[in-house]
Amino acid sequence: MVNPLHVSRFTFHVLRFTFHFSRFTFHVSRTVEPKIRFQNVSYYYGDRPALRDVTLDIPPNAITVVFGPAGGGKTTLLRLINRLNDEVEGTRMTGRVLLDGQDVYAPGVDVPRLRRRVGMVFALPLPLPGTVRENVLYGPKLAGVRDRARLEEILERSLRLAALWDEVKDRLDDPASRLSGGQQQRLCIARSLALEPEVLLLDEPTSGLDPISTGKVEEALQQLKHQYTIVIVPHSVQQAARVADYAAFFLMGELVECQPGRDLFTTPRDRRTEDYITGRFG
Amino acid sequence: MMNRHLVQRLGFILLGVISLIVVLPILFVVGNIVVQGLGAINWEFLTAMPRHGMKEGGIFPAIVGTLLLVLGTAVVAIPVGIGGAIYLAEYARDTLWTRLLRLAIINLAGVPSVVYGLFGLGLFVLFLQFGTSVLAGSLTLAIMTLPVIISTAEEALRAVPGEFRLVSASLGGTRWQGIRHIVLPQALPGIITGVILGLLRAAGETAPILFTAAAFYLPRIPRSLLEPTMALPYHLYVISTQVPGMPPRVQYGTALVLLTIVLSMNAVAAIIRSYFRRRREW
Repeated sequence: MVNPLHVSRFTFHVLRFTFHFSRFTFHVSRTVEPKIRFQNVSYYYGDRPALRDVTLDIPPNAITVVFGPAGGGKTTLLRLINRLNDEVEGTRMTGRVLLDGQDVYAPGVDVPRLRRRVGMVFALPLPLPGTVRENVLYGPKLAGVRDRARLEEILERSLRLAALWDEVKDRLDDPASRLSGGQQQRLCIARSLALEPEVLLLDEPTSGLDPISTGKVEEALQQLKHQYTIVIVPHSVQQAARVADYAAFFLMGELVECQPGRDLFTTPRDRRTEDYITGRFG
Repeated sequence: MMNRHLVQRLGFILLGVISLIVVLPILFVVGNIVVQGLGAINWEFLTAMPRHGMKEGGIFPAIVGTLLLVLGTAVVAIPVGIGGAIYLAEYARDTLWTRLLRLAIINLAGVPSVVYGLFGLGLFVLFLQFGTSVLAGSLTLAIMTLPVIISTAEEALRAVPGEFRLVSASLGGTRWQGIRHIVLPQALPGIITGVILGLLRAAGETAPILFTAAAFYLPRIPRSLLEPTMALPYHLYVISTQVPGMPPRVQYGTALVLLTIVLSMNAVAAIIRSYFRRRREW
């Protein structure tokens, strides 16, 4: 019999070890103005609170991981940034969400334009009906890009950024549904990148993928963070630890703590965080 | 063990007999009409005016009249019906008002067709003074067809996964762009099926055109939309019950032509459905 506690203790030390090496990267972006700020945000579905008085700064050009057990408000948090929850009936919000210092819920905000600045990738690969090319160019075409050469350029650039170009360059006019799951998810990333967003939100982007595809997506994210602000809900604590520059731990709608990733995963300040990352619950 | 197999076998036999009971009358009716009517069908029957108190000559004006009425119905009912379905499926929130609206549509589908005929007589023929005409008949048939088109189209729109709308919105698409580019094309086979089924009913009905469009005997093509017209279902009624000494050959021939038109529309609907089902990507 293997003692599960020993196993999780072991994981914990591996994490500590990993983070020792990535320490160097943090200080670069630390003093910069936050890209996204949540100020005392509470959010309710009917009477059920999904977020409770959340105040959180998300720095630019880094990967911020938002993690915690299910039902903690992570998806809601993401969808508040690009206002994708606008269509949900019977919700209520207090507090402010700022993007570059501008309140995204201020009256007169151009929501489609906001969503072009803030791209989103969903938990399951959701290619739109149509070809690879049509998927990537859906957003730019709606935004009014007509020039053929420009569209081709966007197509190649986005697919390269998502580390998919080499695999699909000869299949651009195949139905997107014929790609493998991992390819489809990178296609969804490329589709978001085609709009040249400033922020990329990823909601458990690898939950439906095998480890190899997951590795490819994570690799792509490491490249992308130099140009984009990335907020990701990981599908496991291990993934959270692997990709986090900053990590925010959510429990039942409450932000328990937010620290640079290596700090949070090695010396969590809150007992609940420690219990969760060492696998005592969740 | 044997016993259970025996029960299963008996069950299959019973179900087979029931299916046969359902299919037999249809086969009998169609077979009877084909056998007795086929002798009447020739070039003259299809393209000539009726002569000698409709006992000889052809049924050309009735064929053209029915096609005109179906066309008129389509022109009115398709845009209004699909528009209504888009409103109900995509825009309308779930309020008392929209529930009443849906209830009204469902009930309208159950109203006897002769009631539509009387309604058309009152509104279009008398009040709006269109007279007994192709226009009044088409409008009456359109109103009768609308509930069928709206409810099938609404269902087809609702069957398109909600994620597509979310993805489209997240890529900076407005709600209408999502409907126009993603939802509507995916729902199209279902919508087309509904439209054809609705029009099929319009083509075969006698009661709604009885007071609004049909002429007892008018051996020419209507010159304008404000003229009455002969139509196949009504013509069949007339030659079957109102004219003594009518040769059965002519009656069955007319029935066969009407049946052919209706069944071929049905076949087109089936082909469209299966064609799109093969191309569907979700």
